[in-house]
Amino acid sequence: MLTLQVNGAAHQVDVPDDMPLLWVLRDVLGLPGTKFGCGIGECGACTVHVDGRAVRACSLPVVLVGDRPVTTIEGLADDQVATEVSKAWLEIDVVQCGYCQPGQIMAAVALLKSNLHPSDDEVDQAMAGNICRCGTYRRIRAAIRNVAGAV
Amino acid sequence: MEIGRIALSRRHALAGAGGLLLAAMLPRGPARAGTRIVEDQTGPFAPNAFVRIAPDDGITLILPNVEMGQGIYTGEAMLIAEELDVGLEQIQIEAAPPDDAYVTKLIGIQATGGSTSTIATWTSLREAGAVARTLLVRAAADRWQVDPASCQTEAGMVRHVPTGRTLSYGELAVEAAALPLPAGPVALRDPSTFRLIGHAQHRLDGPAKVDGTAVFGIDIQQPGMKIGTVAACPVMGGVLLHVDDSAARRVPGVRDVLTIGNAVCVVGDHYWAARKGLEALTITWDEGVNATVSTGTVYNQLHEALQGPAVVAHAKGDAKGAIARAAIRVEAVYQQPLLAHATMEPINCTIHVTPERCDIWVGTQVPMRARDSAAEVTGLPKEKVFLHNQYIGGGFGRRLEHEYVTQAAQFARQVSYPLKIIWSREEDLTLDRYRPAYVDRLVGGLDAHGNLVALSHRIVGPAVVARWAPEALLPNGVDDDLLLAAVETPYAIPAMFLDYARREAPGVVTAWWRGVGGTRGVFVIESFIDELAAAAKADPVAFRRRMTGDHPRARAVLDLAAEKAEWGSKLPPGGGRGVALQYVFGSYLATVMEVEMSDGGTVLVRRAVVAADCGRVVNPDQVVAQIEGGLIFGLSAALFNEVTLENGRVREKNFNTYRVLRMNESPAIEVHLIDSAEDPGGIGETGTAAAAAAAANAMAATGRRYRRLPLTGTQA
Repeated sequence: MLTLQVNGAAHQVDVPDDMPLLWVLRDVLGLPGTKFGCGIGECGACTVHVDGRAVRACSLPVVLVGDRPVTTIEGLADDQVATEVSKAWLEIDVVQCGYCQPGQIMAAVALLKSNLHPSDDEVDQAMAGNICRCGTYRRIRAAIRNVAGAV
Repeated sequence: MEIGRIALSRRHALAGAGGLLLAAMLPRGPARAGTRIVEDQTGPFAPNAFVRIAPDDGITLILPNVEMGQGIYTGEAMLIAEELDVGLEQIQIEAAPPDDAYVTKLIGIQATGGSTSTIATWTSLREAGAVARTLLVRAAADRWQVDPASCQTEAGMVRHVPTGRTLSYGELAVEAAALPLPAGPVALRDPSTFRLIGHAQHRLDGPAKVDGTAVFGIDIQQPGMKIGTVAACPVMGGVLLHVDDSAARRVPGVRDVLTIGNAVCVVGDHYWAARKGLEALTITWDEGVNATVSTGTVYNQLHEALQGPAVVAHAKGDAKGAIARAAIRVEAVYQQPLLAHATMEPINCTIHVTPERCDIWVGTQVPMRARDSAAEVTGLPKEKVFLHNQYIGGGFGRRLEHEYVTQAAQFARQVSYPLKIIWSREEDLTLDRYRPAYVDRLVGGLDAHGNLVALSHRIVGPAVVARWAPEALLPNGVDDDLLLAAVETPYAIPAMFLDYARREAPGVVTAWWRGVGGTRGVFVIESFIDELAAAAKADPVAFRRRMTGDHPRARAVLDLAAEKAEWGSKLPPGGGRGVALQYVFGSYLATVMEVEMSDGGTVLVRRAVVAADCGRVVNPDQVVAQIEGGLIFGLSAALFNEVTLENGRVREKNFNTYRVLRMNESPAIEVHLIDSAEDPGGIGETGTAAAAAAAANAMAATGRRYRRLPLTGTQA
């Protein structure tokens, strides 16, 4: 039995140690906002925050999370930076199919929390791990820039 | 009707022969099985298949096409809301259930694809809204005992202008429902009075997709549900001989191991148990006849068919004679690979089969086909199979196939609980149905002044339509999808000859892929036009421009793109600039692309400037978004993607070997729309169709012509 801190609450979970955090979130804790894309940390759809840093939940065995706080897309409601990011996303209609967007937003929030005024190169570097098949990159870049300009 | 619609209009005719109903004029009355319109027993006003208004003012718009990112829920809601006279903030939207009422006329079945949605619903959905509004006005006028002409509508209310009295649509719903439908056609708004159409509206699905609450097929939860994952025979046509599941059944959380003819499904309490269980299986396949197929097999048979017989698909004038007499003769052969869809949301389907009914929660572009397939598998009548269409995490044609629903039904009928099947990314990529590989040969003749006098073109490759809609294969055996971009061009070409040698790909199933015939066609035609310009020693824009004689809309987009891209201005060393001009899906696009080639052979696309004329625009910013995204999707394929086969198995298994363009590799994109009062054209696939040609032409400008896709591949 493991205790996970997810979105500010403690959860007891009885799962195998090697089970990736992604599937604990989706299939055990009922938090499907975090998406499955590749299972090998290549696409970023499963991006969550562990201790405030963006990580790929599909490739992180749950036992390695320990007592570090986990934040998912469902846990951003009261977060100031995340609220600005959401607004920026909606303002310029970033999303298309939307499937990768929770991961994109988690990556963007983590970036902006560590660096509120990233350069274009820093944005590219931080976001290059998140694939979008619909090709919303230009708007993601613009939305991040708009947040940096607004805060 | 312009020539680009030949394919569509013919399918339209076929659809009519199949018993198509004019959806907006669907008669009310007895319950139509399978529609949710009649599931609500509160007596709502539902004058057609697209509008439902309840006494509590709940206004529901039922949208015939499925949302997979293209913004169609917003666009179609705008069409209805414009004429119904409601605000987008007043409505709720619902995915259409499987039903004849939602057949896409241009395709002939209930399907979302081929950039047809807005073309197909531009009039019908406005009529649906107008019919509803007309009845609501009449209901109000009857209650007030006044002339309907003295009433106006606004934001879900009917107002009697002389007295200022108002009634909400909800208050009128019961009375309106009792009225007969208008006898004749209803008047539609003059476009100059549009409140919504043509004015940028935020996406209706935006908030849910930003806060993570949007439910995709893969997110479905049902009481008692278990989760399965599948291994199908990795060689197409192979079958399961034997499976040893003893180790799998010992994996904690594994509940069942199910088999069908060509696949095994391990079911667990969660995906991880199922996945671990699947890895613990020892499976023996009979791989069948395709076990020796390789990529070389595929390409060789295509190239061989450049010689020998072919079916004439199009002929205008004496092309061969004109080429024989031409001052300059240009010839080129182009090759395009098999491509995977690689949607972000892996293939999945949740299905619950009971003796009485079957429920399916899935994202599908073909709801009726998916439902009918499950009915066949389960033996249940169609009206006992309920398909609940979900947000699709990327379609691109993948979900015009429904074989994964068939497969899920075959497994789910063996168990009593709701079963959610999720394919791994590896399964998704290696058991995809692929965009076919093609080889094209083009021969062109230029006169002494460098003018194109004739074009001769052979296409070799599969006919996707022969499997997907066999009745739509032309009587001479030509797949008319392959004519896109090849027969109707933005140019005045004096003589043309096009023939087609059909060669079905061994070892894979081929399918629709974003841009369908337009993507492959624009690449070869626009690459070749560039080669002709080079042979004529002409500037690529100027060469195209002087051929656009009777296509003013083509000339306008070309001029605009060239101007905005500063065509002719100097580029940094290693830079190349190319152009592509196209008319497919009823829309004109000109794309100017800039690339940067490094000594090490890497290609970076720096900038893309697009000018588009897609007729009247419904939601302008979403047209821009589709072109932006379509270009990126097309560039991934053009630069990187090729599905290869070895021993009958697909080698590209995940995003580490099937490379997708990333943010740091994606260009700056500018899209400029031309104001137009023409009927809408399609837009979802146009950017994808433009990408490879524009990139190849930009690369060619740096010194070398690339005729094989992908542009950075080993065969390029």
